[in-house]
Amino acid sequence: MWLLNSSIGRKLVMSISGLFLILFLLFHLCMNIVAVFSGEAYNMVCEFLGTNWYALVGTLVLAAGVLVHFVYAWILTMQNRKARGNDRYAATARPKGVEWASQNMFVLGLIVILGLILHLSHFWANMMLAELAGVHGEIAPTDGAKFINFYFQGNIVNTILYVIWFVALWFHLTHGFWSAIQTLGWNNNIWLGRWECISKWVATIICGLFVVITIIFYVNGVGA
Amino acid sequence: MDKDIKVTLKVWRQKGPKAKGQFETYPMEIHQSVSFLEMLDILNERLVKEGKEPIVFDHDCREGICGMCSLYVNGHPHGPATGATTCQLYMRRFQDGETITIEPWRSAGFPVIRDLMVDRSAYDKIMQAGGFVSVNTGGVPDANAIPIPKKDADLAMDAAACIGCGACAAACKNGSAMLFVSAKVSQLALLPQGRVEAARRAKAMVAKMDELGFGNCTNTRACEMECPKNISVSNIARLNREFLKAKLKD
Ligand code: HEM
Ligand code: SF4
Ligand code: FES
Repeated sequence: MWLLNSSIGRKLVMSISGLFLILFLLFHLCMNIVAVFSGEAYNMVCEFLGTNWYALVGTLVLAAGVLVHFVYAWILTMQNRKARGNDRYAATARPKGVEWASQNMFVLGLIVILGLILHLSHFWANMMLAELAGVHGEIAPTDGAKFINFYFQGNIVNTILYVIWFVALWFHLTHGFWSAIQTLGWNNNIWLGRWECISKWVATIICGLFVVITIIFYVNGVGA
Repeated sequence: MDKDIKVTLKVWRQKGPKAKGQFETYPMEIHQSVSFLEMLDILNERLVKEGKEPIVFDHDCREGICGMCSLYVNGHPHGPATGATTCQLYMRRFQDGETITIEPWRSAGFPVIRDLMVDRSAYDKIMQAGGFVSVNTGGVPDANAIPIPKKDADLAMDAAACIGCGACAAACKNGSAMLFVSAKVSQLALLPQGRVEAARRAKAMVAKMDELGFGNCTNTRACEMECPKNISVSNIARLNREFLKAKLKD
């Protein structure tokens, strides 16, 4: 199967799964924006999603996306290390024009995974999983707004951990977005610079808003 | 003004493909108008006179067209100059008292043969897999008999500047040969004579590149920054396009 056996096929999978995850981030961002303005409206969204079949299917598709992206990242990175060979250069210099993020995508991805685990333990485990299992603590599994306040309002540790997570994601996306476009072959001399610029904007808008919203939650909690 | 400078050379010495190599240090007093390879020639003459083994390094044309002079100098393939091969590098690039580290290409696809010389035949094998036109294109046509847009002619010409030196894979943290393969696929795919076999060529060359153990491109652009012929990574986008189109048609 060329999606596994060929280098460009593997890159295609990486690219599509990455773009899919970016789409999901945009969707998630919209939900967070809702919570900034109204905890009640946010809870309506939570309730609407809840443990309905479409939310469950969505979760499974998303999990598959993350898994595929991660497994391919692992395969790619291991193959690339092997292709580099065992002997390393004694003198190295990063040439001008090579972005740091582009050479550290796997490490950045690992930080993203760690943040993701923390995030799932805060919300998914207490909400969807709790509802499915029928066991929950004091806060009802559908009361997303309360969970946000519980984990962020006045909680500096969580706030800082989330901000670190978003910074790693920012680096990942500054390279990831245009790299995905390039992998799809949708690039030329003129668009090369443009896509790189757009990539930085995409990363900055997504991660910047996540950071700002997290800080708002830290200071104010969800909107009244 | 060029002057005499004293430099210390740290050169990778390795007796054979399997032998364990190490750096040897050679002090050198040299005029800045001397080219980098001439400096190595002068050093080798000295080593021969001293009854020592001369340093093995690849070179041929010494004018930037053959792509043989595969030296990794101070952390850069083909040294610190941009858009130039090692043979086009002059000692005026270096300061008095500087230490210059000279290594062979390090990539699984280019095993060391001896000292600074690596086996770059992997690139030849990729060429043999499809880097040619085998359809009958008839006799030499009149100039301009086949109209080709200036834009395409320029892009094809730029891609054809690739000399197959291997600096792209040597510079790449993934040991990827994509810049080379993309240049070779592009230079033909952009022209009507090469267009006919474009799909087959892209598939065959990529398959050979993968088979030979070159890595997966993650678009770091290190290749482009170090390429002595300034081949653009937009060629890699074209290769991806050609390859994906060909595969989706299958
Ligand atoms: C929300 C999470 C993530 C998003 C939105 C995302 C997005 C992307 C995108 C768009 C690309 C570019 C694909 C391409 O070059 O064709 C990419 C590449 C990559 N990602 Fe992720 N990613 C995420 C998480 C991860 C994780 C968890 C890992 C694993 C450790 C990871 C590792 C990598 C690696 C190694 C690459 C290859 C670098 C490259 O080809 O440019 N990513 N990612
Ligand atoms: S693309 Fe540039 S670095 Fe790579 S082989 Fe061709 S000339 Fe050398
Ligand atoms: S010796 Fe021919 S390109 Fe340098």
